[in-house]
Amino acid sequence: MDEKTLIAARVAREMTDGMLVNLGIGLPTLVARHLPKGIDVSFQSENGLIGMESLPEAGLADDDLIDAGGTPIGAVAGASAFDSAMSFGLIRGGHMDVTVLGGLEVDAAGRLANWMVPGKMVPGMGGAMDLVTGARRVIVAMTHTAKGAPKIVAQCSLPLTSERRVDLIVTELAVIVPTEAGLELRETAPGVSIADVIAATGATLIIPAVVPTMVI
Amino acid sequence: MCGFSFRTAERAKNSNGNVHMSKVIRLADVVETIPDGATLMIGGFLAVGAPLRLIGELVRQGRKDLTIIVNDTNRAGLGVGRLIAARAVRKVVASHVGTNADTQRQLLAGEIEVELVPQGTLAERIRAGGVGLGGILTPTGVGTLVEDGKPVIEVGGRRFLLETPLRADFALIAAKHADHKGNLDYALTARNFNPLMAMAADTVIAEAQDIVPVGCIPPDQIVTPGVLVDHLVAKEQSHG
Repeated sequence: MDEKTLIAARVAREMTDGMLVNLGIGLPTLVARHLPKGIDVSFQSENGLIGMESLPEAGLADDDLIDAGGTPIGAVAGASAFDSAMSFGLIRGGHMDVTVLGGLEVDAAGRLANWMVPGKMVPGMGGAMDLVTGARRVIVAMTHTAKGAPKIVAQCSLPLTSERRVDLIVTELAVIVPTEAGLELRETAPGVSIADVIAATGATLIIPAVVPTMVI
Repeated sequence: MCGFSFRTAERAKNSNGNVHMSKVIRLADVVETIPDGATLMIGGFLAVGAPLRLIGELVRQGRKDLTIIVNDTNRAGLGVGRLIAARAVRKVVASHVGTNADTQRQLLAGEIEVELVPQGTLAERIRAGGVGLGGILTPTGVGTLVEDGKPVIEVGGRRFLLETPLRADFALIAAKHADHKGNLDYALTARNFNPLMAMAADTVIAEAQDIVPVGCIPPDQIVTPGVLVDHLVAKEQSHG
């Protein structure tokens, strides 16, 4: 299992029946493929749809139906379409049970930065600031390091997406829960030691007496 | 069809006995009314639900110094990206410009001004502009760069940013169906910002996949009431 699949599969285990879920572009999109059997969730696409599914068959793309990354999608029976104010009303108004987003940095206070690198890459925040501010639960799904450098740091050097503390960080090495006291190591990936995680992390980790191995 | 012909629909009399004129206008003629330097709201999300023929005609007529209020600038050279590639745009107000390398290049080179607005805030600022509100209070952006220069207002112990309304000289929007009175409905994710923008500009120009007789779109299905729409772009000739 490659690292992105491992992250997506672990995040998928956070989903429970009946949730309204928003998946960010890129790695988080993979989560939909790994939902546990028997779990029925509704996926929202921020461009105005509840009930998105992957395109059932190549060649059947509808000109008016894409996800927030521009990929043609399908819509399940019972899907609903709406404008951008409704879409973000759902997100900001506490109706979104969980969002899964990628990250450039998360700091010791559990704050996420994922929308720009000043002077180099200014894509914009899109819906990320609203999602992190408004979703009931925020899960960051990202690789633990970038080009060898830790992405979990003492303090974000990049502009913050929100001052809100995210709820869960899932990487290919570990599951970490940001708490008021700091970042707590909750699980390590199969074959990864606590020392490996500490070495790849740029912030202090709280290490409980027992740290189980990630179950995929 | 809905019980009466296309032509009778166009010439139907209203309750005062006056013949109502269709709002249909030639593409080139309506775009000629948009001056250089105008502020435009343009519907669409990555070109789905974007008025592609209006955008193409703005480029063909060589319009310049535009300010555009959009969700994104799509991909390089496509959809709204055609305006960026043609250097027709002075300023962009958008939530995301990362999918268009032209916008990135012009932004980092200081050749184009970009105001980034969180997508939900963009939707609400446009809505506020269209519905007569003096602004909105949102928790989105508190404690980030988006907060800079904005009043922070505490309500019920929670902090909100005061975000101001957005309006434009013209809204260019795309619909699924239009009738000759300008009533509009939309398709799936092609709705996005279109109905919001239809309320927030001095002049609203709509481009529909189909123009149907008045009465064909059931009242309950109409999303944008025709009173908001000034012009409908005539259908493109695809034969002859």
